[in-house]
Amino acid sequence: MSKVVIHAIFDDEDLLMGTARKLRSQGIRIKEVFSPFPVHGMDDAIGLPRTRIAICAFIYGITGTCLATLMMWYMMVHDWPTDIGGKPSFAYYMNVPAFIPVTFESTVLCAAHGMVITFYLRCWLVPGAKAKNPDPRTTDDKFMMVVETNEDKKNNIESVLTSGGASEVHYK
Amino acid sequence: MQHESEIREPLILGNKTYHQITEDIVRPIEGKASKYWYMLLTVSIICFLWGIGCLSYTIGTGIGVWGNNNGVDWTWDITNFVWWIGIGHAGTLISAVLLLFRQKWRLAVNRSAEAMTIFAVMCAAIFVLLHTGRPWLDYWLFPLPNQFGSLWVNFNSPLVWDVFAVSTYFSVSLVFWYTGLVPDFAMVRDRAVKPFQKKMYSLLSMGWGGGARHWSRFEELSLVLAGLATPLVFSVHSIVSMDFATAALPGWHTTIFPPYFVSGAVFSGFAMVQTLLLIMRKVYRLENYITKKHVEYMNIVIIITGSIVGVAYLTELFISWYSGAQYEQYAFLNRATGPYWWAYAAMMTCNVISPQLFWFKKLRTSLTFTFIMSIIVNIGMWFERFVIIVPTLCRTYLPSTWNMYHPTFVDIGIFTGTIGMFFTFFLLFTRYFPVIAQAELKTILKSSSEGYKHKAAEAAHH
Repeated sequence: MSKVVIHAIFDDEDLLMGTARKLRSQGIRIKEVFSPFPVHGMDDAIGLPRTRIAICAFIYGITGTCLATLMMWYMMVHDWPTDIGGKPSFAYYMNVPAFIPVTFESTVLCAAHGMVITFYLRCWLVPGAKAKNPDPRTTDDKFMMVVETNEDKKNNIESVLTSGGASEVHYK
Repeated sequence: MQHESEIREPLILGNKTYHQITEDIVRPIEGKASKYWYMLLTVSIICFLWGIGCLSYTIGTGIGVWGNNNGVDWTWDITNFVWWIGIGHAGTLISAVLLLFRQKWRLAVNRSAEAMTIFAVMCAAIFVLLHTGRPWLDYWLFPLPNQFGSLWVNFNSPLVWDVFAVSTYFSVSLVFWYTGLVPDFAMVRDRAVKPFQKKMYSLLSMGWGGGARHWSRFEELSLVLAGLATPLVFSVHSIVSMDFATAALPGWHTTIFPPYFVSGAVFSGFAMVQTLLLIMRKVYRLENYITKKHVEYMNIVIIITGSIVGVAYLTELFISWYSGAQYEQYAFLNRATGPYWWAYAAMMTCNVISPQLFWFKKLRTSLTFTFIMSIIVNIGMWFERFVIIVPTLCRTYLPSTWNMYHPTFVDIGIFTGTIGMFFTFFLLFTRYFPVIAQAELKTILKSSSEGYKHKAAEAAHH
């Protein structure tokens, strides 16, 4: 049984989502959907699990907080505490109000950049990477559904796609 | 799909389709630049080069070529720094805060507003890095291990907080802006026929394909970045205000500064956005996307923040009298009647009186009036920072230290240079980058465009 890849082009995202739900109800897995913009409800329609990138951001943020706290404790309390205008420098807790701005900024810096780098690497968006969409029209106004299936199911899937509103169906 | 009322004014005018949105926004990139673009770019580059010349003169000869003196040691340098950073805040507010408030109208303006932020912060950075006096030692601002026993920076000081705040603000705004641009670069790449264009936009779009998983991560990223950028905006300008508020000078040492500065920043930033967008929408024929409604919404933000600033001024005046503190009282008497009274008058007229005119619907929906007002507000906000800094420093506690300040041609030249730099980068941005977030704009076509609202209204009648 050989695998066959089907590319279906839709002109409207609502039709695509309806067809996706129909295919999923028949137990067929949708490999990918390319669209020119994020479509609300698409994740549910094609059965995508929720992204965990926000959790990554949180972890990176905590790292930033710890990094800043450790840095300022080391520099201002442990290594070279100085008498600046009589402000206390014997323990970290004595200076916490003054240290909050830098702690906050470091949290945001690490959270934001960590998350963004994670995003680029997870999606493999690197300078020089080849365009991931097979059809260049999907960044304009067309939507593409990619279904990978066995040879025997392809006619059934094709009929679902065309009756669902696909304007083109290609085999790759 | 979120249902929106048919009687709400549409955010996209005309009977647009997804393809037409693509075409309208890519046209300035694919077409030839108009001669006005070349003329404006030439003028901007000349100002920029003049600024670089004055900058080099300052670094080569020293801060003595500026008008700064023993008493008034912060002048145009810090005025301009705060002015530019303030302008930058509007972009982040539009992208971040309006996203959190689910205001769909932000989509037509956020891309260019964020670009404005990036370029404004770059201009601000020039002043900070230059005013240190020995700019080749600017790396001393960072807590790096060194040979002086490892002498560390003073984390109690707002000047150090500023280093972290502005660096974070610049880099986070940059990645937020760039990540949003990636899908739009992919759009230009997929349409490009000329090999150099295709190569450049392929590089910039980094292989973006628009797969569902990637869009889902993209949206989560935008949401989290917006959530991070919002407190960042508030913290950055509060920290900048602390540069003054933590000093023991009358007129500076006041707790009203953080909220006052933040709302002032949003006020001047939105005015600059109006200046830029009113011209850009005309030149690039984007009137269907940056509509009168968008201009009106931004004017409403200008009234709100302008009123907050006005209330802050009145509070300061009242408290300086009510406190009975003689130095504080004199500080404000000096601002209004001293040698820089004209700057104070300009500030009060431009910032307090003029934005109140936007209460009249006729005026806040008039594009000409908005444009003139945006310039007035920007000038007024420059004078506000000037009035906070120079009159205060020229009349401090001890009369024998009183000193006047006069800007030299170098001060004026560097400021002109940053304006030139800002417009150079902005013009290049409008030429080569998609100025409207077209991918995200397409998400509101079905809910908020004129064509679809008509269809929905007709369907409802049947």
